[in-house]
Amino acid sequence: MNKAYPMKQVIDDQGNLVDTSSSSQISKELAQNAYYHMYRIRTFDKKAKSLQRQGRIGTYPPFEGQEASQVGSALALRENDWLFPTYRDHGAMLTFGSNMTRTFLYWNGRLEGCVPPEGKNIFPAAVPIATQLLHAVGASWAEKRKGTDNIAIAYFGDGATSEGDFHEGLNFASVFQTPTIFFNQNNGYAISVPFERQMNSRTIAQKGVAYDIPSVRVDGNDFFAVYFEMQEAIKRARSGNGPTLIEAVTWRTGAHTTADDPTKYRPEGLGQDVVDPIVRLERFMKNQGYYEDEFIATTQSKVEEEIEAAVKEMEAYPKANVEDLFDHVYANPPEQLMEQKNSYLQLLGGE
Amino acid sequence: MTTEMDQKTKSNVATKKLTLIQAINEGMDMVLERDENALILGEDVGKNGGVFRATDGLQEKHGPDRVIDTPLSESGIIGTSVGLAVNGMKPIAEIQFMGFIYPAYDQIMTHVSRIRARTMGRFSVPLVIRAPFGAGVRAPEIHSDSAEALFTHMPGIKVVCPATPYDAKGLFIAAFEDPDPVLFMEPMHNYRSFREDVPTEYYTVEIGKGKKRIDGEDVTLITWGAMVPLVEKVANQLKEKGISCEVIDLRTLYPIDQDIIAESVKKTGRAVVIHEAPRTGGLGNDVVSIINDTAFLYLKAPVERVTGFDVPVPFFSLENHYLPTPERMKKAIEKVVHF
Repeated sequence: MNKAYPMKQVIDDQGNLVDTSSSSQISKELAQNAYYHMYRIRTFDKKAKSLQRQGRIGTYPPFEGQEASQVGSALALRENDWLFPTYRDHGAMLTFGSNMTRTFLYWNGRLEGCVPPEGKNIFPAAVPIATQLLHAVGASWAEKRKGTDNIAIAYFGDGATSEGDFHEGLNFASVFQTPTIFFNQNNGYAISVPFERQMNSRTIAQKGVAYDIPSVRVDGNDFFAVYFEMQEAIKRARSGNGPTLIEAVTWRTGAHTTADDPTKYRPEGLGQDVVDPIVRLERFMKNQGYYEDEFIATTQSKVEEEIEAAVKEMEAYPKANVEDLFDHVYANPPEQLMEQKNSYLQLLGGE
Repeated sequence: MTTEMDQKTKSNVATKKLTLIQAINEGMDMVLERDENALILGEDVGKNGGVFRATDGLQEKHGPDRVIDTPLSESGIIGTSVGLAVNGMKPIAEIQFMGFIYPAYDQIMTHVSRIRARTMGRFSVPLVIRAPFGAGVRAPEIHSDSAEALFTHMPGIKVVCPATPYDAKGLFIAAFEDPDPVLFMEPMHNYRSFREDVPTEYYTVEIGKGKKRIDGEDVTLITWGAMVPLVEKVANQLKEKGISCEVIDLRTLYPIDQDIIAESVKKTGRAVVIHEAPRTGGLGNDVVSIINDTAFLYLKAPVERVTGFDVPVPFFSLENHYLPTPERMKKAIEKVVHF
């Protein structure tokens, strides 16, 4: 976690309030809500890793360590906003309203996992890198054209800033002043390549300067810093003042995916000084008297119950339907595709 | 609205003599007029009216927020179009030359063409991507590519390629109305090479249907795009030599009209496929496969292909050697006829 350059912080590693300018906006409810969501997605993430190890889902990219960034950003959104995630942003997606069973289904190789709940503008996770920034620009541009004040947020990592689509996205948003939030989670590594090898720039936030986009570097393990900076950016976007780039500096505690071993490329001990974002929030809550035993107990049992139910539902889900292979490629599948489908179904039926 | 008209009906409607590019301009003008969510995005499409003048006058008429000069950024044009399209807009994206579409290939391959499938229909991308293509106009390097096979191999997108002004307007409107993404390939060689009567009204030509341009008995010539007028010319010349050629313009390259190919080859028993793109992996091979699947037992000779060579489209001093010439076509036709 690169702390060499300034970043906005509201609470420090010990949970002390270091920026009192927003203290009036901090309440027990906000802190407990943040805790609930961070605890919830952390538990989801742990469960997913364990399911993968047991062969009950496929390869999974954990986001442990990035909960403050994902919850802090997603909680600042409003019902009709648009969310364009990557494959490591299921925490943000769940916080914004993705269905947990379907999230597990996605990592179990099921198409149903990409379908958001009715009325929720959550795009399927981008697997190519940085392509979703342009989608967020387009979708928020459409909102602007419709005259609403809805906005779009695009999630991406440090590696994504090396892609052309990152720059094309920022440039389009800047030229057309679209209500887009570019939310970067700088977690230090793009698979095995460290930040220093990814770029010779000191920060990611500085890349926004080239596009005249308001850009800010925040402590991505500080829920409040992320949440309040998001609110500022959203206020600007909703009032017609264009895009913002947020660099949330965080740390990927674990592997890129369950298929790799970070000890191979990450020096031993690196990142050990990073205080877990949930621990940091706990410390703050204890300092403030917000860490109530009953609340913690209820949160834990509620989350465990939800996750167990989602896993159960995922595993009891009807078998993947072969027809889904063919039926969604076109609104009206062409004749030759129907021929392929029918002859294959006939073969299956004849067995 | 009417769909494709036969010659008889056609003679009863008001028409104008238009070039292919004027017909496309008229199609765009009409959809902008009718659908407030229709937008044009591209490089130089606004004030300049496009480098070929395809969008001439449209910004003046419909405004700069509907006919939008974008940054010089192909992936940006297509990527933002995805976002616009999934959120209710109907973008028409111009890629200035097909040879410049490659930076956007990732967006088209991984998003434009598969959002519907990935989300089981929750999100879809009703987007028309217009791209002038083809050699023979003495253009600079990279401006003359014919890359249809890169897109017909891509599930989730349709590929349309009109050869005439009438088809260009009708197919453009059909592409615009289509709920799925359509790559609309414009043979720039035919942009202004001839005029024909084009109805002034709003009409569509069905996507997925080829057209028989010349009736014949001895051999079926299957082609598309800029090759169509050339193949017609060859067919007419061979008629004088006693060879009766049937000419089919596929018009849509995906999904291909299998029936029109099968029906014709069953009748003639012989076929030559002509296209300007390189041979290996070219769409001609799919046409041969369709013939194999549907008319094999009717064949009197192996199917011939006359195509571009397996080389990059050359600098224009050599492009006439790259493109299928009437001589190469005649040789192939005579070979199948005298097999």
